[in-house]
Amino acid sequence: MSKHLLRVENLYKRFGDNEVLKGISFHLDKGETKVIVGPSGTGKSTILNNINMLVPPDEGKIYLEDVEITGAKDIHKLRQHIGFVFQDFGLFNHLSAKGNVMIGLTRVKKMGKKEAEEIAMEELKRVGLENFADQYPAQLSGGQKQRVGIARALAMRPKLILFDEPTSALDPELTGEVLNVMRKLANEGMTMLIVTHEMGFARTVADELIFMEDGVILEQGSPEKLFTNPEHPRTREFLFKLSEIYNEGER
Amino acid sequence: MEGTLVTIKLASISLLLGFCLGLPMAFAQVYGNRVIKGLVSVYERVARSIPLLVILFLIFYGLPALKIRIPAFTSAILALGLRGAAYQSQIYKGAILSVSGNQMKAALSLGMNRLSAFFYVILPQSVRIAIPPIGNEAAIVLKDTSTVYAIGVSELLRQGHYFISTGSDPMTIYLSVAFIYLVMTICIKGLLTLFEKRYRIPGIGIEGENL
Repeated sequence: MSKHLLRVENLYKRFGDNEVLKGISFHLDKGETKVIVGPSGTGKSTILNNINMLVPPDEGKIYLEDVEITGAKDIHKLRQHIGFVFQDFGLFNHLSAKGNVMIGLTRVKKMGKKEAEEIAMEELKRVGLENFADQYPAQLSGGQKQRVGIARALAMRPKLILFDEPTSALDPELTGEVLNVMRKLANEGMTMLIVTHEMGFARTVADELIFMEDGVILEQGSPEKLFTNPEHPRTREFLFKLSEIYNEGER
Repeated sequence: MEGTLVTIKLASISLLLGFCLGLPMAFAQVYGNRVIKGLVSVYERVARSIPLLVILFLIFYGLPALKIRIPAFTSAILALGLRGAAYQSQIYKGAILSVSGNQMKAALSLGMNRLSAFFYVILPQSVRIAIPPIGNEAAIVLKDTSTVYAIGVSELLRQGHYFISTGSDPMTIYLSVAFIYLVMTICIKGLLTLFEKRYRIPGIGIEGENL
């Protein structure tokens, strides 16, 4: 069997008359960071939602280390191996930052409170928020919320983490602090699949870019290749345009 | 007065019954399949459309025709509780729906099943939203306990009647009865404010505080 950590084969998904995914296949190896880019509404987020079956695909198969996720009866157990970071953070508003990170450990992994607390503090430290452990989501900035979201995903010791436009709800100043945490994780060898419009980040952190449009993958390869010598004219056009918008300040 | 105690008992037991039935009904209405949703909403519609006194008479005078005899006090609890369940379920349903879907999604993404996601994530947040309307419901049920004097339960109002029939002045008695209801309603309000403060989520204001 394959050695890929995640294998996605021929995904199809439609919402009513709208066919969002039209045969998506790719794979992800351990320690790899892949970034999915492409215009809005091309099904990028749908792929992530398919992978942990929050929105099941209509057709196609997804394997996590050769275990088929699609159609698995114990999908809620498999989900704990797949971290998910949401665009709108999805923090539990009634729990402190620490409580948010702990809840998966105590309620899903059935860990003791003390042990869970230690791990939670460790992960909060990893995202630079050890001093905010007792703050509640409503008391945190957007960037801090998202870092708690990442710590919550990390605490479960997932095999991979899916990031669904993690910085789209943040202003540029806060975007940086979240991207820095993600860059650090990539360097530490975390397996990540990221949907983002941050081209500077994609270019420097991704091992591979996946360019999608209208429900299909037009092109995938190293960021260097896609940015400098893409096979598809659409890839060049899109990446050029986005880089122009997002990197204005840097040039 | 003994009647006050009976009134408190009636109100609290039937509120509890309403809670025990209303919460699962709300859960079913939000997360259930079509059949369950249908059944619950039919119940809810029916229970809310029949006057309390009619429900009470149906249980106390109607059921004996089917050879089911229920004592007056229990009948009163059943009538108040069954009707209350319908109202309470609507309150919880609204509260559950107002805790946005991304909370459920986030809980599932951590590996929780739907039931634990409901108990550990959705419910603790909905309860806080439900506190003010539940206070309202509690006050209504408390006052509606007075209708059960019609089937002979010696609650507050009936005891008042009794005093009048033994020669006391109606105005004095009814004013005292009204005053006791007032005091109890104020107590409910105080209790709920206490709950609201206790379960306050830091950073999120209640009743426009910090605005």
